[in-house]
Amino acid sequence: MGVVIVGGGQAGLQAADSLRAEGYAGSIDIVADEPGTPYQRPPLSKDYLVPGKDAAPLPLRGPGFLEGKGIVLHDGVAAVAIERRGRQVVLSGGRTLGYDHLVLATGAANRRLACEGADLPGIHGLKTLPDAEALHAALSAPPTGGARSVVVIGAGFIGLEFAAAARAHGAEVTVLEFAPRPMGRALTAVTAEWFAAAHARMGVRLRLNEGIERFEAGPDGRVAAAVSTAGERYAADLVVVGIGVVPNDQLAAAAGLETANGIVVDETLRTSDPAVLAIGDCASFPNVHTGTRTRLESVQNATDQGRHAARTIMGSTIINGTEPYRDLPWFWSTQGALRLQIAGLSAPDDLTVVAGDPEAGKFSVLCYRDGRLAAVESVDQPGEHIAARKLLAAGQGPDAAEAAAEGFSLKAFARQAPALAGR
Amino acid sequence: MPTITYVQPGGAADAVTAEDGTTLMRAAVTNGVDGIVGECGGQAMCATCHVYVRPEFAARLPEIGDEEEEMLECTTAERTENSRLGCQISVDAGLDGIVVDVPADQV
Repeated sequence: MGVVIVGGGQAGLQAADSLRAEGYAGSIDIVADEPGTPYQRPPLSKDYLVPGKDAAPLPLRGPGFLEGKGIVLHDGVAAVAIERRGRQVVLSGGRTLGYDHLVLATGAANRRLACEGADLPGIHGLKTLPDAEALHAALSAPPTGGARSVVVIGAGFIGLEFAAAARAHGAEVTVLEFAPRPMGRALTAVTAEWFAAAHARMGVRLRLNEGIERFEAGPDGRVAAAVSTAGERYAADLVVVGIGVVPNDQLAAAAGLETANGIVVDETLRTSDPAVLAIGDCASFPNVHTGTRTRLESVQNATDQGRHAARTIMGSTIINGTEPYRDLPWFWSTQGALRLQIAGLSAPDDLTVVAGDPEAGKFSVLCYRDGRLAAVESVDQPGEHIAARKLLAAGQGPDAAEAAAEGFSLKAFARQAPALAGR
Repeated sequence: MPTITYVQPGGAADAVTAEDGTTLMRAAVTNGVDGIVGECGGQAMCATCHVYVRPEFAARLPEIGDEEEEMLECTTAERTENSRLGCQISVDAGLDGIVVDVPADQV
């Protein structure tokens, strides 16, 4: 018996890696429904699609890593049921794996459109390597591709990253977003509006307050046009749908584990069954930084929770029996030449202070909640982002009046912060 | 195809033959070199592909860009004058034979 990990993404691989690093000696099995070597997803919507870049997928761990660590990967195999009483996972094909601890790192699935024509050929999602390969081919020169009129549904991170890549291939790009701002779920208004203008300068036609009504097929049966909720008709020989994800929590729910927009875990990342943990995109956890329950979709969240799950299993961090997960969330997105980095989680009604120079494309937006610095969004200011991460993790930061001073820099502030001396 | 040698803190060395045009980070991750993580996939966003380039190869390296400069300030292992981010160094024939030391920690 040992640990079974369901999910071969960034969270699952990290949990396995960290268990061995913490000295776990039992068996470790990873069940991954995608076939092949587990790979990094973030480049798939960025470098992987840009002309002239090194397009090979990056493995999450190199060859020989898993064997060397005594980790067994069951790839191309789905976990179809959890029998909690007998502590075993049933795999597609009928095989079972027993466990002492089960880690659910099942990730999330693309939300699907339900409108007319949503299943036409030429309409894609972007999540997996096969998705990215299909889009890479469609954007490349004929005969494999040659898409000229691209429509993106949803101006979230994935949609805008793809839009920038499609522009780099010279395609006409229209992005439909039913909300009034791009990336509105994740960004403050000031940063979102800056990005809307920056995409317009890149030649992306960003249509806000405009959703998708239906798709129309051409004579060849492939998608030929997208008709918006405003009644506009946009020619389309390639469509990407990026309207968010839904957590893969069905396996947990069917096993009687508590779910609510993800698999519900406590501050140690254990589910309602202490032998079962959940991490990464699929996990809804109590967030010490916001005081709310959150579910995050990011590399940071996946890897830090993978590390934390390993420590929870090893019982190596004991404060009142358990150490809460408290790593600071951070995110990034690259959209063409635009670099966005976020430290902490901003909220729509945060007070914001802009530092730096938005006109020059180098600025940070400091977000204040209840008088404290809660999050920082940085555009092309990696140094400010790193300073923000250090300050937020230490619970420090300038007050809003200090941050509003001419020429204010978080980096300079962090150098003088007593709690960060020597860090 | 250039050869890159990654030396672990304990002294063990991995010699890797890399594709022209790849990076020090990608060559390490694709070939399973321990201690080079590349968590952000090569975007200079995470500083987990920190390496110490042996000084005799310094003159052959590209200049440190603004992004790399900033990210080098948050490496887990101490930054030295030999510190670089592996994702920002493209490898070609001019770097054949390069030797880099892998830090003890990346995270």
